[in-house]
Formats: sequence, C-alpha cells, structure tokens
Amino acid sequence: MRVNFTVNGRRQEADDVWEGESLLYVLRERMGLPGSKNACEQGECGSCTVRLDGVPVCSCLVAAGQAQDRDIVTVEGLAALAACRTEGGDCASGACGTGLDEARQWRADPARGTDSQTGEGTELSPVQQAFIDAGAVQCGFCTPGLLVAADEMLEANPSPSDADIREALSGNLCRCTGYEKILDAVRLAAARQEGTVSR
Amino acid sequence: MTATGVPGHLTQGSATRGGIGESTLRPDGTLKVTGEFAYASDMWHEDMLWGHTLRSPHAHARIVSVDTGEALAQAGVYAVLTHDDLPAEVKNYGLEIQDTPALAHGRVRHHGEPVALVAADHPETARRAAAKIKVVYEELPLVTDEASATAPGAPLLHEGRDDHHAAHTPHPNIVHRQPIVHGDVAAGRARADVVVTGEYVFGMQDQAFLGPESGLAVPAEDGGVDLYVATQWLHADLRQIAPVLGLPEEKVRMTLSGVGGAFGGREDLSMQIHACLLALRTGKPVKMVYNRFESFFGHVHRHPAKLHYEHGATRDGKLTHLVCRIVLDGGAYASSSPAVVGNAASLGAGPYVIDNVEIETLALYTNNPPCGAMRGFGAVQACFAYEAQMDKLAAALGMDPVELRQLNAMEQGSVLPTGQSVDSPAPVAELLRRVKARPLPPERQWESAGGPADVRALPGGLSNTTHGEGVVRGVGYAVGIKNVGFSEGFDDYSTARVRLQVAGGEPVAVVHTAMAEVGQGGITVHAQIARTELGVSQVTIHPADTQVGSAGSTSASRQTYVTGGAVKHACEAVREKVLERGRAKLGTYHPAWATAELLLEGGKVVTDGGEVLASLAEVLGDEVVDLELEWRHRPTEPFDLRTGQGNGHVQYSFAAHRAVVEVDTELGLVKVVELACAQDVGKALNPLSVVGQIQGGSTQGLGVAVMEEIVVDPATAKVRNPSFTDYLIPTILDTPTIPVDVLELADDHAPYGLRGVGEAPTLSSTPAVLAAIRAATGLELNRTPVRPEHLTGS
Repeated sequence: MRVNFTVNGRRQEADDVWEGESLLYVLRERMGLPGSKNACEQGECGSCTVRLDGVPVCSCLVAAGQAQDRDIVTVEGLAALAACRTEGGDCASGACGTGLDEARQWRADPARGTDSQTGEGTELSPVQQAFIDAGAVQCGFCTPGLLVAADEMLEANPSPSDADIREALSGNLCRCTGYEKILDAVRLAAARQEGTVSR
Repeated sequence: MTATGVPGHLTQGSATRGGIGESTLRPDGTLKVTGEFAYASDMWHEDMLWGHTLRSPHAHARIVSVDTGEALAQAGVYAVLTHDDLPAEVKNYGLEIQDTPALAHGRVRHHGEPVALVAADHPETARRAAAKIKVVYEELPLVTDEASATAPGAPLLHEGRDDHHAAHTPHPNIVHRQPIVHGDVAAGRARADVVVTGEYVFGMQDQAFLGPESGLAVPAEDGGVDLYVATQWLHADLRQIAPVLGLPEEKVRMTLSGVGGAFGGREDLSMQIHACLLALRTGKPVKMVYNRFESFFGHVHRHPAKLHYEHGATRDGKLTHLVCRIVLDGGAYASSSPAVVGNAASLGAGPYVIDNVEIETLALYTNNPPCGAMRGFGAVQACFAYEAQMDKLAAALGMDPVELRQLNAMEQGSVLPTGQSVDSPAPVAELLRRVKARPLPPERQWESAGGPADVRALPGGLSNTTHGEGVVRGVGYAVGIKNVGFSEGFDDYSTARVRLQVAGGEPVAVVHTAMAEVGQGGITVHAQIARTELGVSQVTIHPADTQVGSAGSTSASRQTYVTGGAVKHACEAVREKVLERGRAKLGTYHPAWATAELLLEGGKVVTDGGEVLASLAEVLGDEVVDLELEWRHRPTEPFDLRTGQGNGHVQYSFAAHRAVVEVDTELGLVKVVELACAQDVGKALNPLSVVGQIQGGSTQGLGVAVMEEIVVDPATAKVRNPSFTDYLIPTILDTPTIPVDVLELADDHAPYGLRGVGEAPTLSSTPAVLAAIRAATGLELNRTPVRPEHLTGS
C-alpha cells in the first residue's frame, strides 16, 4: 500500500508498504529516518517515541496505515520544530522542517565509507543541547525517544516540577544513566527556556 | 559512521583545554541527540537482505530431523542454513572454551539455542519462512541445578570435554571450581564468640541494554566479509568468527558500529557468525536485528547463584573466620563462567580483613540459559551475601552495622584471602563514613501542607495504592570490592595508534584504537588524554576497527585504565619523536632544546619553565609522526587450583551505598527514596562521566534488588518472561535521587592514578537496598530480587 503523511513538516509518500509494517519500520527503513529507535518493539521502552498529530506515541505500536494524512514529528525534526515554535510559525505547512533528502544524508550506509562526522555546527533544540551539556547521553539509544517526550512536556509545561518530569518520562527506559542527568537536562532546558540560565 | 572529533567550542583557544580532569562533553553527543548516530541496527546497504534465527523451543532435546524445503520455497527467501551448511572444520566458538555450536548440531542444550538461519528480502518474510522450517525434536531429561547436575547418571552437557578445566573439576557438569584456603578456619572458629550463617539466593539478571543485537555483513570481492557490528571486543569476536567461516582473520574486517549499551551482554557472540554465513552464502549484504524477545535469548545473563556463608566474630566485633560456598549456574555453555568463578572466589570475603578463610566457588553446566559477563562479574553475587552477613553479625553482636564494617575494613596493605596484598589506597571505612554522614532525606515527603498526599512520592505511585498508611521507612548500608581489569595471568594489553601532524597551520592528533565505545565515554577520555599529552586542541577519534591492534574488552572497568594507558603511552612516544625532530632541526638555535625538560602545550614546544621554543608547525612542517604501540599493566598470576593463592588481580575498586526505602507493608511495594554512593576513583579523568557511571551502575543494582529477574521454569528450563513487559528494569519513577561523593586517592601503579569506575557501584547498591528493606520490615529476606510476596508473606 501507499502511505501519505507529513514527516517533520514535509509531505511524504511511502510506497510498497506491507500492511503489517509499523510506523517505526516505515520511518526507519523506508523514509531513511533511523533516529527513532527499536529497543523493544512492544511499546514498553519509549525509544521509538514520535509525535502523531502532536501527541507522543510509541511508533512501534502504530500501524503504518494509521499514519495516513497525519503529522509526524521525529527526533530528526526537533530542532526545526523548536525553531518554528520560537518564530511562531506553522509547522504543519511545510514551511519549516527537515527535508527527506537532507535527512537521508544521515543514512548509515557503510558503502559510503565509515568516515565520521561530528555533527558540529548542527542546529539543536534547547532540550537537545541540554541533554549534551548535562551529561544525559551515554549510549544514547534511549535519547531520541526521551527527547521527543521531554520536548513535548516542556511545550505543555514550561516549568515542570521533578515529579512532573518523572511522570512525563516514565514511559522511556534508560539503562545507562540512572536518570539523574536526564532530570538535570530537562531542568536545564526548562531554565534556559525561561531565561533564568543562559546557554 | 562512528562519531569523531570534538565539539568546536571545546577545541578553541591556544592553551590546551579539554585535557584530563575536565568534564569535556561527548564527541558523539550531537549525533546522538539529533538521531544521526548510526547504531548497528541503523546500518543500511543497497540490496541488503534480512537475516532471522530459528531457535529451539526446548531446553534439552535431540534434533531428529530438519526440513528446510518449504521455507526455502517461499518467495523472497534467499537462503536457509543449518549446521550442515557450516563451511569449515571449526563449528564451535566460545570466549574461553569453544563449546558453543554456531548452529545446533543434533542436540539443543538450552531454550532459544540457534538451530537455523533464514535470509529474505523483508524481515517479516524471513520470520515467516523460519516458522516453516520443520524441526523434529525428541526431548531429553533436564539438568537444572547442582543436585540434578551432579546426581549419579546425570546427563552430561558436554560429554568428553577436554578443556583445560576438565581435569580439575569434580564433575563434568562443573565448568570450573576454585577453592581458597587461607589461615586456619578451625582456630578462628574456636575464637569466635558469635557465629552467623546464611543461605542466599541471587536471581538471574539481564543486561537489558537498549540497543538490540544487530549488525550488517557485506560480502567482499576477495571472498571475505566486512562486518559492522555492536560488540565489546572486536578482536575477540574476530578470533571466534573467522575459523567458523573458514576464512583467515584478514578476510574478516570488522568495524564497530554504534553500540546501544553492553554491560557484559555483548562479550559473547550473538548474530556475528550468522550474518556472515548468510552474506557469504547469498553474495548479498545481510542485516540482522534482534527484537527484544530474541535479545533475551541472544546473549548470556548474570549467573544466578546460591551462596552459603558462615562468619564468626569476637565479642568486640573482630572477624575470626569465614567459610563460604558459592554455586553459580553457568547454563548450557561455558561463556566466561571460569573467570566469573575466579572473581567470586577471590573477592568472596569482601573488603574485610579476615585471617581465616575457606571459600569454594564453582559454576555448573545446566540446561538453563547460558550465563556469563554482566557488570560486576561474580563480585556482585558475593557482595549481596557477605553484606547481608555483616548486618546479621552486627545484630547478633548488638553493634552498629556500619561500625562493624569499619572495624574490619581492609585498608592499604591488607591481605586478601588469596594472599595478595592490597598495594593502593583502600578507603573502605572512609567511604562508609561519607555515606553515613549525609543528612537523611526528609520523611513523609508525600505530604503537602493541608493538601492530599502526592501519591507519586509513595510506594505504588500513580497506581494510588496508599496515601501513606502502612508505609514504613528503612535505611541500609553496604560496601563492596571489585577487581579492575582481566585477572589470573591474562595478557590484558591494549593498543593505540596516535598520529600527529599539522594541517592548515594547526596541529591535529588522530587517536585510533579498537576500543568499543558502548556508551561509557572512552572516546571522550581518549581525546582528553591526547590533549593533555600532546598539547593540541584538535583531536580526532578514528572509528574503532580491526585495522589496528586489539584494545581488549570494554569490560571489567578496564578501558580507561588499559586503553587509556595505551593512548597515553603512544602519545608519550609521539611526543618524544616530536622533541627529537625539534632538537635535530632547531636545537642549535636555543640551548634549552638540549638542557631543559620539554613539554607540548598549546600547540607549542615549551620548557618546564614556560618558555616557548617553537610551534609544532615549525617543528613538524609536513612531517607526520605516526606510532602504533601496545601497552600492558602489571602482570597478574593465576590462582593456585587447590589453595587459591596468587597475585591474581591488578587493581581494586571500592564503593559504598546508603539506601533509604519506604515500604508499603500491606501490598509489599517498595520505593527507594534515596541511594547515596561514595566511591574512590583514583583520579576522575572526566568527572561528569564518572558520576554518570556511578549513578547508572547504582541503578542496575537497584533493579536486581527489587524487580529484575529472568524467571526460568524449573520444570522445563524455559524462560518465562523474555520481554520488557515481564522483565522489568527501573524507570525514572523507580529510580531515586542518587547523590554521589567521589574520592580521588591515586593508585600510583595506574595511569594518572586512576581507578576503574564502572562496576563497583553495581555491587553495593543491591545489598544496601536489601538492608534498608530488612530494616523497614524486620524480615530476613535472603534472596534478591525481593518481590511483593516476600514482603507480605502471601
């Protein structure tokens, strides 16, 4: 089947989708957007968290067909989304966001060599920057899902208490950090957004 | 693919910033927060196929027949492989003992053992085809514990085994046995005023790294294969993979892809050989990605253990003796069981001075899931038991449990039961003092002035099971000792290649090692070491691969010590070359070239007095200094097979915890309110990363205290909970504040005085939580994890 949907602000079309494929599979394997992770594929770990019409969901539990005509935001679109929020723009219009071609250059293709990139100079959202600065990233496999969840929480609740943060992120498992520095990162992002702490 | 380099804001400025001791940020951080970082499961190749593994539904069975015809006939299926398709004489692999078939041969020994492989053009096609492989099994009697493994006529897991442990084990179903005899236990017992004994049970814990086992094998024109994979030790993988493929090692080129955590679970091979076999058979790139269900069968687990302990003490609290027996269940294949036995035995007495000790430790072969490396590696199980014993002894003596520990705490110069002297700081008493001195978190934090209880701060949380009624608090302490590095005479070396050149007028260093960055931050530290040693700002970390010598395993808290040591060593040699060239080229212009102690700083050669002699650009011009060197720590010795005596370890790591818990005694729910840790790290090369390691390790210890256990049905030896629905790991709601107190008492034998960090906090966390639950409930609780029924008696 064919699925038409909006991913990170751009209209997209996925062809030859088998009906049993999840949104996660289509994003990772057909759209070239592997940022959303596949740690459990049963809705328990949150590493595949994306926003579906603004609502955080486990994309492994969303059938690809259910994404028809819906708006998806993945970790690859967080920076653009944050920029858009700052400018007060309309993200769903496609005026902002990351194009697929742009995103696909990240595709992990060993045929293109194993040379590295550091991502230096990449535009980041406040919550992405805070995760780096606070040491909230170790192996990083949970990071994309946590970032999407944390970004959504901060959008709805710019001054969260620790209990609020814990509640909002309780669907995202992390095995490396013990969560302390993830809490630090979200607090830092909130403080920076409020202008009480500078970058 | 692999992240390299450092963020720009860290490399600016003429002074050499970002050296050791600073909390520089991860060079791969930006890639990881944007979703660009390429983990093994993200690998992609034009025309690639998907591999899938058919696994045994039985724990012990004879394979009567395998019919792959129908599977192979499915549209989109390119290959179906069984044991008969293995191309080489060598059909088995293993870290130490080559007892594990690449694909089962006539018999399966555990639930989930790989039997056949499928490659297809879509992962679902491969899964469905695998389901069409017809395997006829005939079930065999099971061996599931010590009694059944050593009973007369017990089925042998590996008949005719001829490994180097076979001759000294008392039974062929015992992988390895290590006794330790030190002093005179009878004499010690005679002096004891109080003797306490206990039987303890440690459940099977899973590493539960989030990035599933994955990789991509690409067949090459020379008949070899390029493998991109998430692992802990590229060269150990290579040594095991190449013979089974029938290829020389140089035709199996391995590159580390992004690793989503490891914790010991990637020491053994998983899909490496399988993906290569499928790629070589089909001539196409093959990607394999386990889902979580398969991941629970795809790697070894932490050994479950049964531990018997007897401690004696004089009336004033001095330990008189220890007798203990530790039985580890190694499951169907050896994996790293022998080394786990060595650790559990040699560290079985804990960080205490005990003159009279008898320890017996062994690992079994059973039909349970194979067990091997997990963070803490044998020392974890022992710590759970000896720390429970310390509390029991303190209660029997009417002493404060922390004082009893401090009274018997080892210190620098103390002798272990192996006869080895602890020749670096061992601040056991001080670590306990620090966690105890911390103010306790306020009680009844769920109460708000006048308002309703905030159930989020209570056991049961948003399940709204209590508003504070039936909730009691307890506080518990524990301390542990972990060895750092590979022990027992292992040649535990690492290799680093360091290149220094001037590009665009700026000096740039490239550090190339085969170290597996699994999230611990080794690449961050390597760049810091290079900046400190070479005085350059720009350091690039080359992707880890097998084009450079072995770095050893990212295990045993060893990489900062050993590969960090190798990077330091190579940098020092590069620096000497640079100075040699400087003397030859510029020596006549300034006498200090010959007379002064010279350093590299801020891209310049300077004297120890701070005088600048030349820039690196002036010294090197177009020349490149490029050296690859091995580095070794002090050698260790094997333990004597009868007495366990020997200088087996190279370094120790100590951590202490205080746990504060609140328990809903009616429902048996536990909330850990705070888990404070104090640890000596020798020297914190990157303080931010050190604290992150301690908090993460502490949390894994908390997990196995209150929730984590792979449940194996004793009647069938089948895993009953292979999913994150049924195998629970701590969420952010289950994990408390973890305040960390870092000591830096240098170990003069180690690079920069550093001490391996990653594992020690996983040891003492579990017994501290258990002690706190015991203190809250008054229950004995001799097994971990504690489940609600253990607290309610229901």
